[in-house]
Amino acid sequence: MVAFVISRLLQALPVLLVVALISFALFTFVGDPVAAMLSQDASLADRENLIRLLGLDQPWYVQFWKFVGNAVQGEFGLSYRLSRPVSALIAERAPATLELAFCAAAMTLCIGVPLGIFTGIYKDSWVSRLLLTVSLVGVSLPIFVLGMLLILVFAVHLGWLPSFGRGETVQLGWWSSGLLTVSGLKALILPAITLAVFQLTLITRLVRAEMLEVLRTDYIKFARARGLSNRSINFGHALKNTLVPVITIAGLQLGGIIAFAIVTETVFQWPGMGFLFIQSVGAADIPVMAAYLLLISLVFVVINLGVDLLYYLVDPRLRAQR
Amino acid sequence: MLLEVKDLRVEFPTRRGVLTALNGVSFSIAPGEVLGVVGESGAGKSMTGAAIIGLLEPPGRIAGGEIRLEGRRIDNLPLAEMRKIRGKRIGAIFQDPLTTLNPLYTVGRQLVETMQAHLPLSDAEARQRAIGWLEQVGIPAAAQRIDAYPHQFSGGMRQRVVIALALCAEPQLVVADEPTTALDVSIQAQIIALLKRLAREQRTAIMLVTHDMGVIAETADRVAVMYAGRIIEIGPVRDVVRHAQHPYTAGLMASIPPLDRKVERLAQIDGSMPRLNAIPPGCPFSPRCPHVFERCRVARPELMPAGATDAACWLHDQPGASA
Ligand SMILES: Nc1ncnc2c1ncn2[C@@H]1O[C@H](COP(=O)(O)OP(=O)(O)O)[C@@H](O)[C@H]1O
Ligand code: SF4
Ligand SMILES: [Mg+2]
Repeated sequence: MVAFVISRLLQALPVLLVVALISFALFTFVGDPVAAMLSQDASLADRENLIRLLGLDQPWYVQFWKFVGNAVQGEFGLSYRLSRPVSALIAERAPATLELAFCAAAMTLCIGVPLGIFTGIYKDSWVSRLLLTVSLVGVSLPIFVLGMLLILVFAVHLGWLPSFGRGETVQLGWWSSGLLTVSGLKALILPAITLAVFQLTLITRLVRAEMLEVLRTDYIKFARARGLSNRSINFGHALKNTLVPVITIAGLQLGGIIAFAIVTETVFQWPGMGFLFIQSVGAADIPVMAAYLLLISLVFVVINLGVDLLYYLVDPRLRAQR
Repeated sequence: MLLEVKDLRVEFPTRRGVLTALNGVSFSIAPGEVLGVVGESGAGKSMTGAAIIGLLEPPGRIAGGEIRLEGRRIDNLPLAEMRKIRGKRIGAIFQDPLTTLNPLYTVGRQLVETMQAHLPLSDAEARQRAIGWLEQVGIPAAAQRIDAYPHQFSGGMRQRVVIALALCAEPQLVVADEPTTALDVSIQAQIIALLKRLAREQRTAIMLVTHDMGVIAETADRVAVMYAGRIIEIGPVRDVVRHAQHPYTAGLMASIPPLDRKVERLAQIDGSMPRLNAIPPGCPFSPRCPHVFERCRVARPELMPAGATDAACWLHDQPGASA
């Protein structure tokens, strides 16, 4: 088990290194940090000094190595745009994104999985057909359109909910939470729905498809032939067998929710990492972009590991192989 | 009679009209009796078994006739009632033990849940019985293996587990649909022998569907021969095997393969069974029958007394005739 975790982490290392290389390449090819950091009237000597100070006169692999070393310690230098440590910026923005992603993910799973099971078991009922038709809309509606529609209806016309920002937050150590105030919760509703709808419809359809597939198998037929109750067949035998593929997709979705919060955060001006990233792209703020890329890839690696561990718990056949 | 099937008709509504998969199937099984069911692929053997346990795949449905268990109709029972019959009074064994068991539950759990669905047993009692059943079906070190998952057993061992599952709530009838077809030839005989022994000990009747005439000859008390959704001959095993009255059965018997080989197609009979939507008028076997005569093409023969069996063949409607 421990060996398994370690081996998976080692396998993830090359991926992280490649992402690091890409982030590093951003520095070298996209922007000119020296020009960005020097004032207009700096002399040539100042420039050379800064280059030496930043280590830019060294061969690229030495620079890369230093970049990785710093990154491991969470050190990404100063933001060009805000002249503050990138790590501090990210730490400040992460809670907003994580709270939003967590709420969206919870909504996705708590609504999407039961809907999938229902529409799988009662595949011919009109409720199922209606749900599936609606879900088709959910899958095909672009996130920003949905976000703007929601703002239009609930913020502009009805005035029930705020259209931007995070509301009041409460500081818990370094973590700023919007979950503990009424205005924070109200501000969370529209962005969370916007972020969840696509994933929710996706998981509903996936669970349904898996459920239909499993319900056709011989072992389900045999379970019926043994006279087991429908409840035990549907929610025990069948549901458990749909879990493996569903866990994979749900894991990917969680990563996707965090990564693609960019659009939602931009629409709602949500002060999270995605919004920070977009602002940084506009200003060619390379250190922030690099840090964000690395962080997101790290999130995916961790989620993948979690997914593998869950498989391990669910499926005895995998346990035997390892 | 334990089981009586009368005039059973199973239909499949399709886009191109209604297919009749079973048409006028009638037979009965006495308590403790082994009824062999033979016939080519697609003859309707599995369909008959599925209709009896009430597990026809939709859109397939029973469109006529009746099925009685100890005199009580079971073909039109509400789902909750039928569930009490499945497993408890009619067990089932499927063809492929590799797909019949739930891969995510231990064999012990599957046995325990089956028994507890039908018998008032505590967890500890059910577990004890489960171990007992695994021993009965010849799983070595049953007390340890009870917590193993299906993938940790070989195909033959898994079919033993399936047999235990089919019998553990002590049903009066087991529908075994080609229980050895998917197994290695070398263990087929063991599995059949096991099934036969356990059924005899419990006085469980078996409806044994198989391609293997050797198995039938050795195991069955009576045999039903199916063709194109009908029973075309039924009778005591010795008579059907040695003195087949229907030309199709006769061809089938002539094609009995050597014991050590499986034969899917029946080499001695030319042509193939008609598809459900192209069953000829008159006798369904007439295009392939060496004895076909005029009447066969226009009128459909029903089962009629023929020698020591019943056969659906006009040859037996003529005074003094025989196949
Ligand atoms: N879902 C279905 N729709 C239409 N026809 C079917 C369906 N399932 C089975 N059949 C037909 O029913 C007939 C009987 O099948 P089956 O009982 O499985 O045959 P056997 O077990 O004797 O090989 C076959 O001709 C088959 O093509
Ligand atoms: S009824 Fe005619 S065609 Fe059919 S089996 Fe008998 S002889 Fe052959
Ligand atoms: Mg079959």
